[in-house]
Amino acid sequence: MSILVNKDSKIVVQGITGSQGTFHAQQCLAYGTQVVAGVTPGKGGQTAVDGQVPVFNTVSEAVAKTGANVSLIFVPPPFAADAIMEAAGSGVELVICITEGIPTIDMVRAYDYVQRKGVRLVGPNCPGVITPGECKIGIMPGHIHKPGRVGVVSRSGTLTYEAVGQLTALGIGQSTCVGIGGDPVIGTNFIDVLKLFNEDPDTDGVIMIGEIGGTAEDNAARWVQDNMKKPVVGFIAGQTAPKGKRMGHAGAIIAGGQGTAAEKMKIMSECGIHVVESPADMGAKMKEALGL
Amino acid sequence: MKVHEFQAKQVLARFGVPVPKNGVTDSVDEAVEIAKELGGSVWVVKAQIHAGGRGKGGGVKLARSLDEVRQHAEAILGMTLVTHQTGPEGKLVNRIMVEEGQNIDQELYFGIVIDRATSSPVVMASREGGMEIEEVAEENPDAILREVIDIATGLTAFQARRLAFGLGLEGKTVNKAVKLMMGCYKAFEASDAAMLEINPLMISKEGDVVALDCKMEFDENAMFRHKDLAEMRDLTEEDEKEIEASKFDLNYITLSGTVGCMVNGAGLAMATMDIVKHAGAEPANFLDVGGGATQERVEAAFKLILSDASVKAVLINIFGGIVRCDMIARGVIEAAKNLDLKVPVVVRLEGTNAEEGLKLLEGSGLGLIPAKGLAAAATKVAEVAKGA
Repeated sequence: MSILVNKDSKIVVQGITGSQGTFHAQQCLAYGTQVVAGVTPGKGGQTAVDGQVPVFNTVSEAVAKTGANVSLIFVPPPFAADAIMEAAGSGVELVICITEGIPTIDMVRAYDYVQRKGVRLVGPNCPGVITPGECKIGIMPGHIHKPGRVGVVSRSGTLTYEAVGQLTALGIGQSTCVGIGGDPVIGTNFIDVLKLFNEDPDTDGVIMIGEIGGTAEDNAARWVQDNMKKPVVGFIAGQTAPKGKRMGHAGAIIAGGQGTAAEKMKIMSECGIHVVESPADMGAKMKEALGL
Repeated sequence: MKVHEFQAKQVLARFGVPVPKNGVTDSVDEAVEIAKELGGSVWVVKAQIHAGGRGKGGGVKLARSLDEVRQHAEAILGMTLVTHQTGPEGKLVNRIMVEEGQNIDQELYFGIVIDRATSSPVVMASREGGMEIEEVAEENPDAILREVIDIATGLTAFQARRLAFGLGLEGKTVNKAVKLMMGCYKAFEASDAAMLEINPLMISKEGDVVALDCKMEFDENAMFRHKDLAEMRDLTEEDEKEIEASKFDLNYITLSGTVGCMVNGAGLAMATMDIVKHAGAEPANFLDVGGGATQERVEAAFKLILSDASVKAVLINIFGGIVRCDMIARGVIEAAKNLDLKVPVVVRLEGTNAEEGLKLLEGSGLGLIPAKGLAAAATKVAEVAKGA
């Protein structure tokens, strides 16, 4: 088993005819993911990715004709929030948005809409979700992963790859890896993913990678203390970040003295999370926590 | 994107929010002219820089005569203003605002932010005007009134009334405050603000409600649909290297250490700074070259890092996912050839085609130091930075 996505997931790629959409749809297909449809308004009836994927004008049409149940979004920032709402209103169960740079107010509206529709959104500004050996729905390099029993949840893209690379090098496989995204307003938070991993019989432990800004890690730590039955290894990026500066991600900013790495690491440790100070120790700490 | 107080007040005024009459200038003579035109007998001369705490730093002065307006304008224009938000180096004051004086009865606080916990705008108000809201939150959190906004309706009149009564306002002032709050919320949403703060929000002796100060920040990701606001950007307030970096779509932030860092991905870039510190050195910068680390961008990134005289060594840390490491290695080699490298460069490549990339670096004859693994790379760069 796994969480969120598996070999039966059927993907519709919104923005499939753009360069990013085409390239990554191709990569997902090569990994063995079922990419069953693409959507680009005005290009319905065409095919994409060398004739491998039919293109539709709307997500509802794609869902009706192909049975797609997950949407993967590569639509440019000005139109991405609308694409999220279109997906949520068209019958898919899960929406994964890769797009970086969506205006925050647009995301507040899209988040509200998605909540009311009862659909799960992952991202935006995230690498996506992968269940190694089954399906890859996103932009992560598939080959560094290995099927196994450790879950990974992270606000960052390349830092997730770093953790996965360390695990794989130690011979430890992953159940599912979820990039929740680096924006201030995101569809799925740490607690949502930790809950799923906690209930997944095929996940034994979780690596949780946070960063400066906001209080999501603090809340997740308290949830872990009260509910989590499996070991959690944690790392917070930005221990050396200055206050008041946005560190690449829209959400990575220490505002009004809140959201420092030191504060998050302290709360996480107090709540029983195995916190590592060095990002080079994430894999080794997980190995130790699992008694491998 | 930050803007000046006078610009924020222009935005508020468009949405019917009462602000004091004012004028902005970079000349002392003009400051006096503005005061004359405004009339009255009391004026405030205020430094226009992108930082709070101007009053305490001597950047805001009350003038009771035109001579005093001149004196204050002379003192403030061209001064280097140091506040708790400018850093010890302070900021040069290029412009001042001359504003009509007010009959202050009460000073309150009003603000709007996007709250991450609720994924909604939240409107805040407090009777502790003039104080930093963070301080109030720490010392007396109950003093802050909060209304979570339903994005479908925006700030409703009943919520604004609840805030006004909560602030202890009475009579006609209540409706004036409600009107101001609704105007501020409209300005916030319509202009894609990330933050709006009126501190102090003034109740005058005449019972008027006026935005005495105003700070606004706009969402950079939304500036494509606000050309007028985008033009308010003041490049003189920003770090030169950060402006240069943004031309190449690089995310760069200057720090105070000696190890220059070039990394792909914001999270990994922060983690790289952290591990450099762990290894006993200090990072000189945050730099995310992004997913497509092309030769051109790598070269631009190199130039930026090397333009900082305090850099004693460089660490390139790339986790090649979709991007192939051999491509990046070629980019680094070409960039290094075009630049006169005087500091040691440690390169760590991981992921797709990493081995091939490392071989290219070793065979380049440029003295690039390859490293295997994150920890080893950090230790190595700390070592060479100290030796240099």
